Amino acid sequence: MPTLTINGKQHNVDLPEDTPILWTLRDQLGMTGTKFGCGMALCGACTVHLDGEPIRSCITPISAAAGKKITTIEAIAEDKVGKSVQEAWMALGVPQCGYCQAGQIMSATALLRTTPNPTDKDIDDAMSGNICRCGTYTRIKAAIKQAAAQNGGAK
Amino acid sequence: MSAVFNDIQLSRRSLLKGIGALAGLALTVGMDGIVMAADAPKFGGDGMPGGLKDNALLFVSIGADGVVTIVAHRSEMGQGVRTSLPMVVADELDADWSRVRVVQAQGDQEKYGNQNTDGSRSMRHSFGPMRQVGATARLMLETAAAARWKVPVGEVEAKNHELIHKPSGRKFGYGDVAADAAKLPLPARDSVRLKTPQQFRYIGKDSTRGIDLHDIVTGNTQYGIDTRLEGMVYAVIARPPVYGGKLATVDSSEALKVPGVIRVVELKGSPPPALFNPLGGVAVIARNTWAAIKGREALKLTWDNGPNASYDSAEFRKTMEAAARQPAKAVRNAGDTMAALAKAPRRIEAEYYLPHIAHATMEPPAAVARITGGKCEVWACVQAPQATRETVAGHLGLKTEDVTVNVTLLGGGFGRKSKPDFAAEAALLSKAMNGAPVKVTWTREDDIHHDYFHTVSVERLEAGLDANGKVSAWLHRTAAPTIASIFAAGAKGEAPFELAMSAVNIPYAIPNIRVEAPEVEAHTRIGWFRSVSNIPHAFAVQSFSAELAAAAKRDHRDYLLELIGPARKINPSEMADGWNYGESPERYPLDTGRMRGVIELATAKAGWGRKLPKGRGLGLAVCYSFVTYIAAVVEVEVNDEGEVKIPRVDIAVDCGPSINPDRIRSQVEGACIMGISLAMTGEISFKNGAVEQSNFHDYEVLRAFAAPAKIDVHIVPHTLDVPLGGVGEPATPTIAPALCNAIFAATGKRIRQLPIREQLKKA
Repeated sequence: MPTLTINGKQHNVDLPEDTPILWTLRDQLGMTGTKFGCGMALCGACTVHLDGEPIRSCITPISAAAGKKITTIEAIAEDKVGKSVQEAWMALGVPQCGYCQAGQIMSATALLRTTPNPTDKDIDDAMSGNICRCGTYTRIKAAIKQAAAQNGGAK
Repeated sequence: MSAVFNDIQLSRRSLLKGIGALAGLALTVGMDGIVMAADAPKFGGDGMPGGLKDNALLFVSIGADGVVTIVAHRSEMGQGVRTSLPMVVADELDADWSRVRVVQAQGDQEKYGNQNTDGSRSMRHSFGPMRQVGATARLMLETAAAARWKVPVGEVEAKNHELIHKPSGRKFGYGDVAADAAKLPLPARDSVRLKTPQQFRYIGKDSTRGIDLHDIVTGNTQYGIDTRLEGMVYAVIARPPVYGGKLATVDSSEALKVPGVIRVVELKGSPPPALFNPLGGVAVIARNTWAAIKGREALKLTWDNGPNASYDSAEFRKTMEAAARQPAKAVRNAGDTMAALAKAPRRIEAEYYLPHIAHATMEPPAAVARITGGKCEVWACVQAPQATRETVAGHLGLKTEDVTVNVTLLGGGFGRKSKPDFAAEAALLSKAMNGAPVKVTWTREDDIHHDYFHTVSVERLEAGLDANGKVSAWLHRTAAPTIASIFAAGAKGEAPFELAMSAVNIPYAIPNIRVEAPEVEAHTRIGWFRSVSNIPHAFAVQSFSAELAAAAKRDHRDYLLELIGPARKINPSEMADGWNYGESPERYPLDTGRMRGVIELATAKAGWGRKLPKGRGLGLAVCYSFVTYIAAVVEVEVNDEGEVKIPRVDIAVDCGPSINPDRIRSQVEGACIMGISLAMTGEISFKNGAVEQSNFHDYEVLRAFAAPAKIDVHIVPHTLDVPLGGVGEPATPTIAPALCNAIFAATGKRIRQLPIREQLKKA
């Protein structure tokens, strides 16, 4: 029975080891903030952090998370950068339907943690794996810059 | 008097008949049956099933703690309606937004009035009733406070969550008198005083924080797919790959061996018309979604593909082109177009092709149903909760009132979630599981394969130009399968409401205009897609207008303004448009002054006419859509490899007065992205009756890197005497033609078929 560390808590999970992290979070543990969008790592809606790295949880089996730390949207506010991203998202009214935004925020947070002062190209590269069908891209990019500025990244 | 032809009435009337047929009543649904009777036309919200309701006691409750709870009766799918409608109530109530809570209405048209969240109607129809609700509640609070103080009500004023006795300065909080107020009789409508615009606290301002914003960014929202109930099981369904097909054989032995799989259930399909019925197939029910998906992969299935087994997009295009090249019945005929064309010194013609597209909402269709004591409860991301009740009731053989529909948040809608086939699937599976709660999740492949697709069309245009390049005759043949085909099997050719979306109602000052609608059949489920038939019609009309300007060697903007002619108000019926988005032709004439206005505004803001480097161009398009006027100017950069970049888009919007300007801007920005998406890569194709695409690798939608660097939305200001227009849909159809006109300006290459995809790439 695999043990997963999610948002600092340990969970024993009674599922086959090839079960994706996504469905484990959503169906087994009731953590529905992480979204299903494609099942093929094409849309980014399911993005979580594995030891701080953004991964697509829809194709990552729970066996790959053994001994590692999973962070989801539900706990990203505990991270200073994550919180700044959430605040910028609210300040600029980024979300429309909101469904993809957990994944967007997880990707943006990962970007700003490694690249505090991203260029337009850095943002495009980091965010183009996350689809938003409502079309909030221009606000997403502006919000990433605002969060970067707030964190002292952009001068 | 023209017949009122309302798409939603169409759907509901036919749906009821369809459900009647399910219940064993023999009914033939013909086109006659879905045209509304011509007597006593009702317009706007009054013309919608269930009409409008403005009962304050229904929409507002206030706790002793002063928390104001406002009911949102429309579905939230990103347009901000759960914020904007309650915001209107809160403004008239003079409530402090930070102390407002919003609860979602269950589906109950009789109680809340019409709840169909489509047609860009929510604010347009509910602004007045929601003001009335808020103002009534305010008066009731003032009356209760006055009674407590034993003073005339005229001495009491509600202000920012407080009731103030003006002469003495005494105060109550709203919560202090809420219980008293709730016991009062509803005041007469005409005794309720609405605010003046100067008194507005939130309306027309950008100050109102989205009610779901914090929950969205922290992952605490509940979409249909997030529903969890005690004892719930999870289902995915293998559906017939071809519309109209059915299951031939099933071997579920391997599927049942997959750990977590509980049962395999066969679902019967329904005969055409499609209505909102499930497609049938084989459901795998499991302890979690992943097990259900694995179980489905292990099914061994064969299908009888039925009458659409040969549907092939490339072949069908030829069929439509042949239809568009033959004379057909005129659906608008002003002057004598054929004679004028025959004598025109110069004739220009062009043919445009637009493929099917899929909605691809980020949340795929998903629903949970549970049956207890002969009653069904549904949780679902639906745009049409009443149709959901009726569809579920029809399939379960229950009365509509025995079906409860809890409307969750929608992870995108765009018209897809107006069709509750997925909720009926969940209900049927719950029934098969003895009433246990069942969640049906559509995978992305299911969504792409089994959508109610945006139609496919061939648009053929021909114009006669005089010696000065002025248009003397205009002939437009539009060939596309109709949405009516999902309500009346075999319906062919575009219905009046589809033609009234930028085909017949072209307000051009041309003496001879003829629009023809050849009949072509549908071979899949056709459905509404954000801005509907405006997409193909406006693409063709606005591309062709630019082609004519180029042929006449004229500036496109100047030429377009000349085509439209002087500012005037046109009764839509004069253009053979008897629909006008369900609005009164007197109250909502087509105002060419406003159409000119958005063209002038968008081009001025975009710097139309400015010198651009090689490979860059500006393109313009205008559209009257959902009684709103939109013009877009797209700036494009096409490099030597034929790659397209969009540095900037300027969009002018005239939707009447702005209620929640930031959400208007966000909707227009989103429609712009969606328009670019369908123009660049949007295509669903069929081979052997089945959809060829399956997920975001082969049905590509726009990603961040390809988005415009800048989208500027310019809203035309209006006072409240101008009636409201739609917001969610109208911007979409202007984008593809503006983009292609910009590409022409930049490269000289004219794009006549969508998507653009590789058409500009150098070999």
